[in-house]
Amino acid sequence: MRGGFSTLLYKEVLRFWKVAAQTVAAPVLTALLYLLIFSHVLEGHVKIHGIAYTAFLIPGLVIMSVLQNAFANSSSSLIQSKVTGNIVFVLLPPISYLEFFAAYVLASVVRGVVVGSGVLLATVWFAPLGFAEPWWIVIFAVLGGSILGSLGVIAGIWAEKFDQLAAFQNFLIMPLTFLSGVFYSVHSLPPFWQQLSHWNPIFYMIDGFRHGFFGVSDASPWLSLAVVGSCFAVLTVFTLNLLKSGYKLRD
Amino acid sequence: MSPAIRIEQVSKRFGSVHALDAVDLEVQPGEFFGLLGPNGAGKTTLISALAGLVRPDAGRLRVMNHDVQADYRAARRQLGVVPQELVFDPFFSVRESLQIQSGYFGIADNDTWIDEILENLGLTSKANVNMRMLSGGMKRRVLVAQALVHRPPVIVLDEPTAGVDVELRQTLWAFIRRLNQAGHTVVLTTHYLEEAEMLCNRIAMLKAGRIVALDTTHNLLRRFSTHSLRLRVEGSIPTELLRGATESGGWWSLPFDAFGEVEPILARLRGADCRITDLEVGKPDLEEVFVRVMQGSLQGQG
Ligand SMILES: Nc1ncnc2c1ncn2[C@@H]1O[C@H](COP(=O)(O)OP(=O)(O)O)[C@@H](O)[C@H]1O
Ligand SMILES: [Mg+2]
Repeated sequence: MRGGFSTLLYKEVLRFWKVAAQTVAAPVLTALLYLLIFSHVLEGHVKIHGIAYTAFLIPGLVIMSVLQNAFANSSSSLIQSKVTGNIVFVLLPPISYLEFFAAYVLASVVRGVVVGSGVLLATVWFAPLGFAEPWWIVIFAVLGGSILGSLGVIAGIWAEKFDQLAAFQNFLIMPLTFLSGVFYSVHSLPPFWQQLSHWNPIFYMIDGFRHGFFGVSDASPWLSLAVVGSCFAVLTVFTLNLLKSGYKLRD
Repeated sequence: MSPAIRIEQVSKRFGSVHALDAVDLEVQPGEFFGLLGPNGAGKTTLISALAGLVRPDAGRLRVMNHDVQADYRAARRQLGVVPQELVFDPFFSVRESLQIQSGYFGIADNDTWIDEILENLGLTSKANVNMRMLSGGMKRRVLVAQALVHRPPVIVLDEPTAGVDVELRQTLWAFIRRLNQAGHTVVLTTHYLEEAEMLCNRIAMLKAGRIVALDTTHNLLRRFSTHSLRLRVEGSIPTELLRGATESGGWWSLPFDAFGEVEPILARLRGADCRITDLEVGKPDLEEVFVRVMQGSLQGQG
């Protein structure tokens, strides 16, 4: 633990790890239940890109867990610190807003990747899974986690109460992740919904991630990388400015 | 030598509330400085502005000659703040909290100093206990400890003894005094005026965001408060002695400035056949100063 950044990162990781039953085991179990139910119903009836449904579903559940847990980590840590007042412990030391941002986002990525790996470990036994182009798996997990981690920072700073955060999560994050091809290929949607999905950045995270497993996807992984990368760049600039302005943290 | 704290023309509004109104203040290195004022006077806001938790609308603040905005990293390294609110992180033990706080200040291996702080604050036996398990008084001690991990030359304590037992108050003040004697500048807000009187060499009184008194404790006591002869008597006190006197519960209080005045007063009483049945000498106290300053500023505004 030397600098402000590494200590804050360590503290944020330790924070979720100390309650791993709730922050890691529970989401792994949830994903496993989704797999059991959906594959029971749909396996044998549906094939996507020539892939059996259960195999198609697993990477979707993994990246969905990465994204949702990355968001949950930074947002819940910040709102808890604000409501209990212990946010002063990180506001009093000489931590720059860049260090602050990097630490919270990276800790979110760690939580997302830990949960995602747990989901993969728990589900990989249910269907034969290839790892066609594994670097895409890593890239989209890290980038997707970073984006949702940044969104979590924004939501955690903006929200003043837990129910405001819950609203952000239930009305924005959950619909966007569910409606982005976790459970289906967007090509199977009616044209209108297909068009709409292409405006949802989370669609590209999931599509690119899945490409890493199967080598086929709805969109080119390079297009997905461009969309997801620009998204992260825009969010980074926005969040850094928010932190620099002291919005709701240093009034 | 530049001041430990320099506050120039600092103003801050919250909506229609003028929490700070053009405050000017300097605290010199090594001082034990008291910041007093009723609830809502702006003490916490001033401390928050110094710590960078609140951004003033106008004015500048410097800690050990570092601007708290432009040069915030250096300024924050020089400053240890004990917040007024009893806050803690429920995920960690006492030692973890202090190690993490050290890391935020870039200090990697701080266990020797942490042990020393724990010892001085009577926290050694609680080092590995989770924060949630501690009593309010113990949490307050940890809050003090967290402010000291980086050995800040300037220490600010915002009502550290509010609702705290006598034992902690004594432990705390003994430790803070030692730090002050070792050269640390200390700024303190408190509602216990006898505490401020005993500890602080200089005092500022704040009211509605303005400084309404600023002087050494000694001068404040001299200027606003006098000695008094408190008496119970049989017979009546000669009227020429009653200038400035007050009576309550059968006790008369006759003010005087120098002890040389006492004997003539007693002689007059004897001469007037007024028999003293009980007598004590009242010393100036900060409570009286405080009340007078607050009333005085009220008249000044009206
Ligand atoms: N964050 C805030 N939002 C709105 N009003 C505030 C805020 N902080 C302080 N105030 C107001 O500013 C004034 C000064 O408060 P404060 O500095 O806490 O006083 P003190 O510490 O002397 O009791 C009070 O009227 C208080 O209600
Ligand atoms: Mg206060």
